[in-house]
Amino acid sequence: MFENIDKEDLKYVGKGVERVDGLEKCTGDALYASDLFLQGMLFAKVKTSPYASARIKKIDVSKAAALPGVRSVLTGAELNYRVGLYIVDKYILAKGIVRHQGEAVAAVAADTEDIAKRAVELIEVEYEELNPVLDPVKALDKDSPLVHPDLGKYSFVEAAFTPKPGTNIANHTKLRKGDVEKGFKESDYIFEREYANPSVQHVPMETHVSIAQWQTGDKITIWTSAQSPFTVRNLFCYSFGISHKNVRVIVPYVGGGFGGKAGIALEPLVACLSKKAGGKPVKLQATREEEFNLLACRSALKYRIKTGVKKDGKIVAQKMTMFWDSGAYADYAVNVTRASGYSAGGPYEIPNAWLDAYTIYTNKVYGTAYRGFGHVEFFWGLERHFEYIADNLKIDPLKFRLINTLKPGGKTLTGETIHHHTGNVTKCLELVAKSINYGKKTPEEIKREKKNKTIIGKGLSALHKAPAMPPFTGTVVILKMNEDGSIIANLSLTDYGAGTYTSIAQIIAEQLKMSVDRIKVAVETDTDRDPYDWQTVASKGLIMSGNAAILASQDLLDKMYDMASQILRCGKCDLRHDNEKVFVVHAPERFVNYKEMAVGYAYSNGNGIGGPLIGVGRYMAAGLTNLDKETGQGNPALDWTYGAHAVIVELDPETGEYSLIKSASAFDAGKVINTKAARGQCIGGFIQGYGTAACEGYIYNNKGQLMNPSFTDNKIPTAKDIPEQMDLFFVETAQLDGPYGARGIGEHSMIGVAPAIGNALKNMTGIELLHMPIRAEDVWKAMSDLKMKKNKK
Amino acid sequence: MKTITFKINGSKYSKDVEEHKTLLRFLREDLHLTGTKEGCGAGECGACIVLVNGAPVNSCLMLAVEIDGSEVTTIEGVSKNGQPNSLQKAFEKHHAVQCGFCTPGMILTATDLLKRKPKPTEAEIKEAIEGNFCRCTGYVQIIEAIKDASGQLKSTEE
Repeated sequence: MFENIDKEDLKYVGKGVERVDGLEKCTGDALYASDLFLQGMLFAKVKTSPYASARIKKIDVSKAAALPGVRSVLTGAELNYRVGLYIVDKYILAKGIVRHQGEAVAAVAADTEDIAKRAVELIEVEYEELNPVLDPVKALDKDSPLVHPDLGKYSFVEAAFTPKPGTNIANHTKLRKGDVEKGFKESDYIFEREYANPSVQHVPMETHVSIAQWQTGDKITIWTSAQSPFTVRNLFCYSFGISHKNVRVIVPYVGGGFGGKAGIALEPLVACLSKKAGGKPVKLQATREEEFNLLACRSALKYRIKTGVKKDGKIVAQKMTMFWDSGAYADYAVNVTRASGYSAGGPYEIPNAWLDAYTIYTNKVYGTAYRGFGHVEFFWGLERHFEYIADNLKIDPLKFRLINTLKPGGKTLTGETIHHHTGNVTKCLELVAKSINYGKKTPEEIKREKKNKTIIGKGLSALHKAPAMPPFTGTVVILKMNEDGSIIANLSLTDYGAGTYTSIAQIIAEQLKMSVDRIKVAVETDTDRDPYDWQTVASKGLIMSGNAAILASQDLLDKMYDMASQILRCGKCDLRHDNEKVFVVHAPERFVNYKEMAVGYAYSNGNGIGGPLIGVGRYMAAGLTNLDKETGQGNPALDWTYGAHAVIVELDPETGEYSLIKSASAFDAGKVINTKAARGQCIGGFIQGYGTAACEGYIYNNKGQLMNPSFTDNKIPTAKDIPEQMDLFFVETAQLDGPYGARGIGEHSMIGVAPAIGNALKNMTGIELLHMPIRAEDVWKAMSDLKMKKNKK
Repeated sequence: MKTITFKINGSKYSKDVEEHKTLLRFLREDLHLTGTKEGCGAGECGACIVLVNGAPVNSCLMLAVEIDGSEVTTIEGVSKNGQPNSLQKAFEKHHAVQCGFCTPGMILTATDLLKRKPKPTEAEIKEAIEGNFCRCTGYVQIIEAIKDASGQLKSTEE
């Protein structure tokens, strides 16, 4: 798909085209699922569990049901349906036992939100509190209570996952490359440490919202804030045993997702409430608190890394153990475990590797996909670990990385060969290091330290990620030409902010050689109208749908050329197109306009030929394989996007407070399709990464109750937190099977921010932080501890 | 129920409203002005900001009855004659919009800022929008858009 065209020849690709959805979002015209008010619509509320683990002894809904205006009340006892992405382990409403605080045990639909709220208050639940499983490592003990005693009875995707019935292990991913024990014997030094991250909330500005209408004859329509309409439909149909043709999923504008809306969430519950209310549409919008603990979060991780190195800095062997805290349900967490498992060594050559990654059930909010899909979490450990090794070897940390980066001819953990065109992580590292004057302080920085009574330090990190998706993932783009020659593009990749639709429009414009203003990518996706896409996740949207858009354009052109060769009486080989005309290459005055052919061409006597123009492009990931379950070997990666981050941090040594003077990020994007959108992804991702690094994270009490489900206690970055300067570099090593050479960058911008900051803090103070987030009090405490340790010596 | 009289986006209304209903819900549910968004319902995120008598307020923290006799501007009242204004154009041009959910509140906060300070400094812009969370953009392009709308962006920065 890489079109070998000189940059100068490209009119639309590579330019900062305005967003196709920009205006509607600036005027309030853009309708999100939360903005829909349907005729006769009811409003739903849920009753949630105050306990992390409890047996439901009794639920009395009689008072709620008797409240005027209440149209349906449901408890788990009535709903015998399980839902799940990869392991079907979650009841629509808790049935018998609750597995996390915030889990829904009952739900009400009523004429107004106020009545629904009141009705939920009237529901009486009697619980028998149980001992919650809270620590994922202790959850592996033989005598630990089981979160899912029925694990062996659940259906799951056998090609990719290995649940262990009778334990709390939802999945065990293994990877074996070379001979790790021999590698350790050959090493001069061995370094081992453990790194930790808490669960984190995505915080889309729009909380989850779903509306469903279950009409007579099991005809169901769902309007929802989901990233992946076809996945919602597929999982819904699977759980209820209803034909796909009966279920229509419509996704209007979505107010952010970041992975939290990737799968299925509130849709089955509102559908059941609608059915019980006689088919009236029912709407449920999560409150902000529910977004934290009714819906899913990012899994917490404990990551043990043991690395054997030679004196000269070459890595020989690495043993990795990941304990992923999946919370109460497996959702995407099992696939996060799989995808981070095959990627856990980073963009480095590790000849002998051994990995065990466990997805572990606990009684906490369940984990799902989050921008970076495990990589933000494990790169925190990995890049802090490599810094630690470099320091101990007394090798410059940048040099240590450059010695070990994957280079052409190298092999990934799963045995894939790296080529020149795979991308260039070395260059990314060099660019960010140069941008911040890595390894030294400038005179201005020294002056600033004196003036502000601060310390300035620098750190960096490398990163990589491939899309985590089934090896047989496919997508479609359909182009329809309108009567005036303009184009409507239909696809089921959703654009919940990333700007992919604009890039797709640019690709179509480039192919059809017509103005990008004449192309509309239909924003609302509808499973009845639009062609299939698996999911909008994994930074695979641009590469896969971009390729499908090229194929659809070529199909449309082929049909236009068929018609034009008749109209212009020449061979198709002599035709070219530009500026909405198909013309004869050696006689450009002989041409036919696109719009004359749009709905079929009409001769002056009334004869018609051709037919309305439509172009179809189907793209399928090629050559990917399932991974061997015992060794993890195989080919999982559509593409690898490499990158690096570097930061200049200014620290107040008295308080531990710090801020960023400068950030530098570099990504091998293959080809930037939209310069402004790419910049937006990289800046936005960096700041989200900064939030994860500096202040965000779930805090539980010893009963498994979430203590900070609000913006007061779980802060996210504001405009005041951004670095004073942000440098951004794009390396363009063309992806040979990417559209115009492009590969995804949406998640990567977030991945290495935390370790770059951790490394900078270590470089300036000597403190060794092993857990995220790095709050001011963590820095202060680590500095105090270090001082005490030194004083004792 | 209480009857209130007010102006929204230049149009006069007289409506009955339940005393406990927030301005946010009143705008969205009773007047169908859904451009104003609910992000947290607790006055923390700024997604629901509207201008009441020219001043920005979190409409989730204000009761609808409190706008009796007032003039309210929502995002729907920002464009004039079907055309985007300079702030809206600048947000579009600079990709200051991603998912768009914070955008209405952000534009109204910026509208108030530019009215008070036609040429705000970068620090003043940050101060003004500090209460408007944006999870997508990282704020940089929003700050650039506000600078551009106030005629302060050199062409090289565009």
